[in-house]
Amino acid sequence: MRTITYAQAIREALVERMGQDESIVLMGEDATSAWGPTQGIEQEFPGRVLDMPITESAFVGAAVGAAATGLRPVVDLLFVDFATVCFDQIVNQAAKLRYMTGGGVRVPLVLRAMWGTGMRRGAQHSQALHPLFVHVPGLKVVTPSNPADAKGLMATALQEDDPVLFLEHKMLYFTPGEVPEEPYAVPFGEASVVREGSSCTVVAVGRMVQVALEAADRLAESGVRCEVLDPRTLSPFDNAAVYRSVEKTGHLVVVDEAHPRCGLAADVAAQVAQDCHGALRGPVRMVTAPHAPVPFSPALEDAFTPDAAEVVEAVRATGAGEPAPALA
Amino acid sequence: MDRLPAGAEEPGLRMYRVMAMIRAFEERVGELAEEIPGAVHLYIGQEAVAAGVCSVLRDGDHLASTHRGHGHAIAAGCEVEAMAAELYGRSDGVCSGKGGSMHIADLGHGMLGANGLAGGGVPLACGAALTARQRGTDDVAVAFTGDGGANQGAVLESLVLARMLDLPVVFVVENNGYAQATSAARHFSGTDMSARAAGFGIPGAVVDGADALAVRDAASEAVDRARSGRGPTLVECRAQRFHGHMEGWDNQAYRPSGEAERLRAEADPLALLRRRLTEAGQPADAGAELDRAEKESAARVQAAFDRAAQPAEPLLTALTTDVYAAH
Ligand SMILES: Cc1ncc(C[n+]2csc(CCOP(=O)(O)OP(=O)(O)O)c2C)c(N)n1
Ligand SMILES: [Mg+2]
Repeated sequence: MRTITYAQAIREALVERMGQDESIVLMGEDATSAWGPTQGIEQEFPGRVLDMPITESAFVGAAVGAAATGLRPVVDLLFVDFATVCFDQIVNQAAKLRYMTGGGVRVPLVLRAMWGTGMRRGAQHSQALHPLFVHVPGLKVVTPSNPADAKGLMATALQEDDPVLFLEHKMLYFTPGEVPEEPYAVPFGEASVVREGSSCTVVAVGRMVQVALEAADRLAESGVRCEVLDPRTLSPFDNAAVYRSVEKTGHLVVVDEAHPRCGLAADVAAQVAQDCHGALRGPVRMVTAPHAPVPFSPALEDAFTPDAAEVVEAVRATGAGEPAPALA
Repeated sequence: MDRLPAGAEEPGLRMYRVMAMIRAFEERVGELAEEIPGAVHLYIGQEAVAAGVCSVLRDGDHLASTHRGHGHAIAAGCEVEAMAAELYGRSDGVCSGKGGSMHIADLGHGMLGANGLAGGGVPLACGAALTARQRGTDDVAVAFTGDGGANQGAVLESLVLARMLDLPVVFVVENNGYAQATSAARHFSGTDMSARAAGFGIPGAVVDGADALAVRDAASEAVDRARSGRGPTLVECRAQRFHGHMEGWDNQAYRPSGEAERLRAEADPLALLRRRLTEAGQPADAGAELDRAEKESAARVQAAFDRAAQPAEPLLTALTTDVYAAH
């Protein structure tokens, strides 16, 4: 199969859907001269890529209104950190219109944003804000971890009737991967088992999937077989896939780049503790960033971001790979 | 920051020193851009704005800056050594390496910080002005924003707030013609920011941002208005950025070709001030004095970056300090 990057994969889905669906418009600051997934799309679809002034509240709100009245806007927020500037429009307007109108309004809207650490951009350009959005009913939240999923998930996002936060990890844009040439869709709410194993379930989000796989390789050397799960969409979330895996392995580690408190890792840990407590044979471990803003210093930023060594340590701390206690 | 005491060095000369330091600092950052972690947005071409505005500030005043903040920090009096260290993320940087280029702040010099969010600092400056008002001091605050950032809701709301409370704040819009690749002609749509200020009941002025003396005059009037309790002013400085939006990323395809080079030749704020000062012949040896200022700046900046680029042991325990005062 041919290999393209994560950015190119997202672009392919956008171009394919724009060809099919005339209601799709792209909006964003410097959208017509953007790099990355939307680069050059203006030439292919003149008049459907719109430059915005630096007015996130206005253009995200306008996108909500446009979505409610027949367009399907795809808005580029650039860094997810800038979503905070227009939080009202996302949280109070986009997320709630359908509900408040008793189902009378649909909001087919995709908000793209890049997220995560690694580019040395400091506290206001490096955040992992997905837990904030997952918390809000009415929003769908997508975090592709590889090019093939990125294409399929974008294709689905562009056929949803709900507002979707499509969160692109900034350190993955140039990651290559095998991607089918024909159009396809990856459904929301279906986790993927990235690596099968029997000793410990490792749920990882976004770039952390690679980190989890690296840890799994290291642990395999000592006979600990991790099952790595990529939820792919955080809202909806495929609880069943996680439960199935934990029933098999008896152990759970959740790896996420966001902060630990009220985060995705804590959420998954709590759901498992509540719904499949009987299957657990050791403590659940969370591997997250600390409860601190993202530091600028490269050394500090690296220490901030979860790495494979931390995941290895966490898997060991669950007791995975140790002989099950003899029944009394 | 200090208001010049009587008999002190002539303000033009002082501004030139500040501008020469900014230029030297930014030229060095530009040379080192590939090695400096993260993103740097250079202030080259806009030096007269920061130098002119800050020349009328004094201790107790505050300023809030933008992502393009090195010039404001230097004009406020921040040490270039501590700034260089910050750019490398060192623990002896002005923000302990936690902020970086886009977050240089130094309250000791009234500098509330560069900012990663367009328009994000403007309300903060209003807050510093509110402190002054509530405490009954005659301190003032300056809110810097770019032309693109000036369109933000937070900035326009700040104009409403400042007028309603008569805050001692000066809004300085540095209109360098572009917000990334979008020209001000497009995003200001035939208006200008000073004209918009009038709609908010705020006096506005437009000055040539390459002309330090003109900026100083306009800032002086605005700051006097704020200090004397007559509320906010908006000063739009028409400036130019000689580099791309940020180093190593921007091919400037959106600019007419040769524009940056032409501006550098025709509208260099340092050359302009040099001409003014030497023509005025005050002091008589102004030319030599300015040469000396440039040499000294270059040497100090060189030493600052030589030191900052040395490997340093990171202080990893700092990762979770400074999050709260107490928790
Ligand atoms: C709220 C927000 N939106 C978008 C950005 C991305 N961004 C960074 S600088 C910039 C352009 C700013 O233009 P202007 O205010 O004119 O300042 P200049 O770069 O010209 O100094 C943009 C869009 C941002 N930092 N913050
Ligand atoms: Mg600008």
